[in-house]
Amino acid sequence: MSYPPELKALIRLVEKTRPQRVARARRGESYPALTLGAREERLKQFHPDYRPDAKRALAVGPNRGDLVPVELADLLESHSRMDPDEVRLDRIDLETDVLIIGGGGAGTAAALEAAQAGATAIVATKLRHGDANTVMAEGGIQAATAETDSPCYHYIDAMGGGHFANHPDLVEALVKDAPDAIEWLERLGVLFDKYPDGRLRVRHGGGTSRKRLHSSGDMTGAEIMRVLRDEARNQPGICVLEFTPALELLLDERGRCAGAVLLNLETRELYVARAKAVILSTGGLGRLHIQGFPCTNHYGATADGLVMAYRAGIKTCFLDSTQFHPTGAVFPEQNAGLLITEKVRGLGAQLLNRDGEEFLFALEPRDVASACIIRECTERANGIATPAGRSGVWLDSPMIDLLHGVGTVKRELGAKYLQFQRFGIDIGQEPMLIYPTLHYQNGGLMIGVNSETSMPGLFAAGEVSGGVHGRNRLMGNSLLDVVVFGRRAGRAAACLAREADTPTTLSLEHVRRFEQELAQAGRPDGRCGPMLLPNYAPDHIRARRVVLREA
Amino acid sequence: MASSDPVSIEFMGKTYQVSNDTTLLGALLETGWDCVRGLGCLGGCCGACATLYRLPGEAHVRTGLACRIPVQDGISFSLVGGFPCPKPLYDLSRIEDPRQALFDLFPEVTGCRKCGSCVQACPQGIDVMRGMWCAVFGDFAAVADLFQSCVQCGLCARVCGAALRPFLVAVYARRTQGALLTDRPSALLARVGQIEAGVYEGEWGSVLRGLRADSNQRMADSR
Repeated sequence: MSYPPELKALIRLVEKTRPQRVARARRGESYPALTLGAREERLKQFHPDYRPDAKRALAVGPNRGDLVPVELADLLESHSRMDPDEVRLDRIDLETDVLIIGGGGAGTAAALEAAQAGATAIVATKLRHGDANTVMAEGGIQAATAETDSPCYHYIDAMGGGHFANHPDLVEALVKDAPDAIEWLERLGVLFDKYPDGRLRVRHGGGTSRKRLHSSGDMTGAEIMRVLRDEARNQPGICVLEFTPALELLLDERGRCAGAVLLNLETRELYVARAKAVILSTGGLGRLHIQGFPCTNHYGATADGLVMAYRAGIKTCFLDSTQFHPTGAVFPEQNAGLLITEKVRGLGAQLLNRDGEEFLFALEPRDVASACIIRECTERANGIATPAGRSGVWLDSPMIDLLHGVGTVKRELGAKYLQFQRFGIDIGQEPMLIYPTLHYQNGGLMIGVNSETSMPGLFAAGEVSGGVHGRNRLMGNSLLDVVVFGRRAGRAAACLAREADTPTTLSLEHVRRFEQELAQAGRPDGRCGPMLLPNYAPDHIRARRVVLREA
Repeated sequence: MASSDPVSIEFMGKTYQVSNDTTLLGALLETGWDCVRGLGCLGGCCGACATLYRLPGEAHVRTGLACRIPVQDGISFSLVGGFPCPKPLYDLSRIEDPRQALFDLFPEVTGCRKCGSCVQACPQGIDVMRGMWCAVFGDFAAVADLFQSCVQCGLCARVCGAALRPFLVAVYARRTQGALLTDRPSALLARVGQIEAGVYEGEWGSVLRGLRADSNQRMADSR
């Protein structure tokens, strides 16, 4: 396959400017970083979050009046996928101490801690266990383990990255638990990169004042998920139900969370699952394709947990802040949206426009870098067009081998190397084409330091929750978030389950109340949620589909 | 062929016309097929989309990840979706000799016939066969290294004529190598101890309460 002739011609421009750029880099010279004022300017003019038509104010629910992306507003203001009157709540199909909705990193960490505390747990997950955004996290997991580092610096970095909007107690918990999280993962058998003398290897990430990114090759998330999933399968007290998402939360007569209605995607059965504690770990919203952007997320990232919890009255925060990763692949088309880790820029690769020239400091914070790349391709018309009609700029990966020695790209970025080699592109020799891609939900359900929501019995952990990262998450703090708050959720849920009585009367009254609220707000347009799975069928296919009547 | 001409592909024996610049998985989504099984990260790292396929004019069945294989005219494929591959249960804290325990948990691992089918099948280019022999001879460090990029698609177990479960052996060997055959870094343990002992509370108090007051104000302002 490889690059077509018109792109190869543009690559020659990159190759022409490369010797000088490498020489400048070797001298320690870099493109000047933007001033704080200039950063604000770029964000306001070009970051997708700031587009005036991108958001609308919620008309119903606990965050009524708050601005959120329109695609998310459609789902938060949606009707249930099922009729509450058709569910027999007196027939309990599944019973457990802790019900965990979502089987990614946070959900699995929660299950392990719950089991460790002697609780029984059911992990109800929409796809296969472990098919989640966790598995795609590449660069690493932050923790202040190095001698010259401390949790205080980690705290300051996280607050700075989050525009100082982070909830302080949550950040304190995150950074103080971090070294223990690394130790826990090590004891479970996660293989972190180490120096020959056995010390943990740590690197810088975007926005870090000290080196504290721990990695396992360029597949840190996959490695962590692999180990957590294997250990969960070893535990007799953990039952994993795959292809079984939740449709609605169940409350009891006291307004506490008491379980969920689950759907077997393959047999279309509904299950009433009763539990003494429920943990939402449903991940992010990439598959909503905010403003039509491709995403780095897995197939099931459809904000299900937000929808169900919002209906139950749980407040959210910072949902108006979406993280776009500056470097998502745009060529070949088969790779569109694929995450190209920040590590590539950390190793020295520069971002170049159509003329092969630099146009920004490569390690600006993610939101600023995204805005600048969008500006280069739109207002300044200096982008590169792909045959499929996408726009992009060059990420000059061949610089890495020139700066660090031949073979560095293949060694340090093995997974990416393979992803492009499959399509006939050697990223050690040719640059990649990239453009910002939808990546992470910065905000979410509000939680306390034990992952508790405002509703007794309901916990939330991982990407579905908000406050930990403020308005912008730093690289490596998401894997940390899922481990720290997943573990805290598991422990707190198990503790609650030990003390609580089994819920008696289950109720979907909150769903009916929400329906009334929708009707009163004049939002009857029939959209239902949670989405569960995105629908990519082209229009001509949908036009031929019908719903058959029962035979 | 013009860049917009569709291509003809066969999925589970049925023919469909799809875009020529997509992957097998992208093609499946385009056909409107009811997609539940076989889709995961869509990015080549979760192994959910293990696929069997044939290229036009070829007789042998190839294996790969559907989200990474570009369509071509005449390609024919099916998704593996899932297949029986029991995972042996173990408790890390009860394993005294992980190299010996390997044979209790995976008794078939010594039955490798050196046919190389697993090496052919692995979409990540891992020398699976070599990894199994390293495991048998107790070189778990080598197994760990070989299987770093394993995505747990299970295709190796699918094709193995001797019923080995290499992708599960790999996780076991990697985990025991890390948890039982390697010491914990002392600096890490020291740092955990320092935090537990409250070594940082002083620094925390002076620097961060100031920062916290500032940020509490911002939070209050933003509500």
